[in-house]
Amino acid sequence: MADQHRQAAVVEFDHVTKRYDAPSARDKGKPVPGAVNDLSLKVPAGKICILVGPSGCGKTTSLKMVNRLIEPTSGRIVIDGVDAGTRELTELRRSIGYVIQQVGLFPHQTIGDNVATVPRLLGWPKARLQERSEELLGLVGLDPAKYRDRYPSQLSGGERQRVGVARALAADPPIMLMDEPFGAVDPIVRDRLQNEFLRLQETIAKTILFVTHDIDEAIKMGDLVAVFQTGGILAQFGRPLDILAAPASEFVARFVGQDRGLKRLSLLRVADVPLRPAVTGRAGDNAADARHRAMDDPLRYLLLIDSGNRPIGWIAHGDIPNEGGLAESMANPSSPILNKRTTLKDALSMMLDADVQTGIVVDRTGAVQGLLSIDTIADKMREGEHAAVFDQAPPPEPEIGDPDPADDPGATPDAIEAEV
Amino acid sequence: MPPGTKVFDFDWLFGHFGQIGERLVQHLQLTILPLVLGIIISLVLAVWAVRQPRVYAPVTAITGLLYTIPSLAAFAVLRPITGLSLLTAIIPLTTYTLLILFRSFAAGFTAVPAEILEAAEGMGYTRRQRLFRVELPLAVPLIIAGVRLASVTTIGLATIAAVLGDAFGGLGQLITEGIQGFFPTKYLLGAALSVLLAFAADFLFVRFERVVTPWAHAKAGVR
Repeated sequence: MADQHRQAAVVEFDHVTKRYDAPSARDKGKPVPGAVNDLSLKVPAGKICILVGPSGCGKTTSLKMVNRLIEPTSGRIVIDGVDAGTRELTELRRSIGYVIQQVGLFPHQTIGDNVATVPRLLGWPKARLQERSEELLGLVGLDPAKYRDRYPSQLSGGERQRVGVARALAADPPIMLMDEPFGAVDPIVRDRLQNEFLRLQETIAKTILFVTHDIDEAIKMGDLVAVFQTGGILAQFGRPLDILAAPASEFVARFVGQDRGLKRLSLLRVADVPLRPAVTGRAGDNAADARHRAMDDPLRYLLLIDSGNRPIGWIAHGDIPNEGGLAESMANPSSPILNKRTTLKDALSMMLDADVQTGIVVDRTGAVQGLLSIDTIADKMREGEHAAVFDQAPPPEPEIGDPDPADDPGATPDAIEAEV
Repeated sequence: MPPGTKVFDFDWLFGHFGQIGERLVQHLQLTILPLVLGIIISLVLAVWAVRQPRVYAPVTAITGLLYTIPSLAAFAVLRPITGLSLLTAIIPLTTYTLLILFRSFAAGFTAVPAEILEAAEGMGYTRRQRLFRVELPLAVPLIIAGVRLASVTTIGLATIAAVLGDAFGGLGQLITEGIQGFFPTKYLLGAALSVLLAFAADFLFVRFERVVTPWAHAKAGVR
């Protein structure tokens, strides 16, 4: 079975449509929740593609058409060049990891047996089953010796969800389908599971289709994001940064939210923006010379550093004496210390907290790399608003086929999320 | 009761262990055969009803109707066909188990959460694998609860089979003979053994359920 094995596969939706009959004659012509309308998109191997949208927009239907829990009305889903519709059903499903919100662990089986489900269906020898399930429990951060022989009822929600992920990965499938996998756990656990999963994906590098109704989760988790709109229409498909920078329609702009500038900042890191050099000096340096250098800089501040180039604090040019040397007592350590991995959102919040305009960026040893000014962050935020034509709040069009006609058509994106 | 007769004659009891044991074995036969047949029929019906929900109501109605037929009447109807045989006793006793068994089996299958079935399907279980490896094991607690109830009922009902003959009459035969012969020891013993048997069966099934479904009794919060 390993001979033709691939770590990740390309998944392509090729004009996929799923139609459902209207629930009653009165609803004829309206889009039926769950329907999908001519969906075409391609997920490259090893990428996380998030399907996001309000409830009834067809995102879950699209996901379930990949492992054929739902068969498309027309169109094809092509996995590594092969039409999924032509593959043997159970063989197809066993080659695709599947994680659902309610987890769906088998209550009558131990955690070890649950994880080994698909390998057992594939007929792996017993010894390998146990080895594999222990390996996977370790991978998702659960001590095999402690968890292997327990039953699902003995685990917390977060632990169960980890087991769900381990079970989906058991036969090393090239594709994983995840339907709101972290939707049923509390926000703190969700955040931790998201981070763990992103770290895990760095090693496993699967092709992942991931459904959520939470735009923040989509932005955080996705290499690619497909925004669905009621009626099963793909409203926009692209990188999270691009969607935030240039929403393709008013619907997308409303769905990603008015704060998309801020959301962009959570995706950008200090490493992504230019830094400005700092005027630095060490204790004991010639003060007159340092004063001149500080005056020549637009910031008019000197950054005092130690022998390892680590920042000590700021000295305003006016506070630098005309003679003698610089001293540590003159320095004011007020700026936040940032590193290349700090997100711009965190950097901004740290600067606002400290009530300063500039953050000091240091490397791993703590040595000064440069300065990040609040203006640079503001520029980055504005970059996203070049395409902000949809922010001018045009008269809202009635939501086509909104499942609840009583809904305020001008609902804010928050309200859209809350309703799901 | 003629004056002077002992209420319970222990001498007779100690002298007739063989006969009593034989009746007890017959009674077990009158209980186990209908139970096994009833379990098989009810399992098939319950799986069918879970796959085709519209089957549920008619099956419930028919098993309920069968349950209302008085056993003596059933024996009378069957006698011309099957004679004074064990089969004549087994058929009504089997049909009486169906109402309880079918309902509890169907409840056991429908109680399996939808997300578990979806997970099984999504991971590539065939229908048969899903039935035998997921649905059936998860229905076991309710299946055994039904069997417990049906076994207790059948143990009591089986005493009536004595009217069909001596050859397989079970504890009912002891009771009948005791009444007809004005010998209370026999009917008291028959009744007591029947009650004890019911208690024993109930206890055994409770133990059995614990052993085969350790997952249903695993303590939550064992950390």
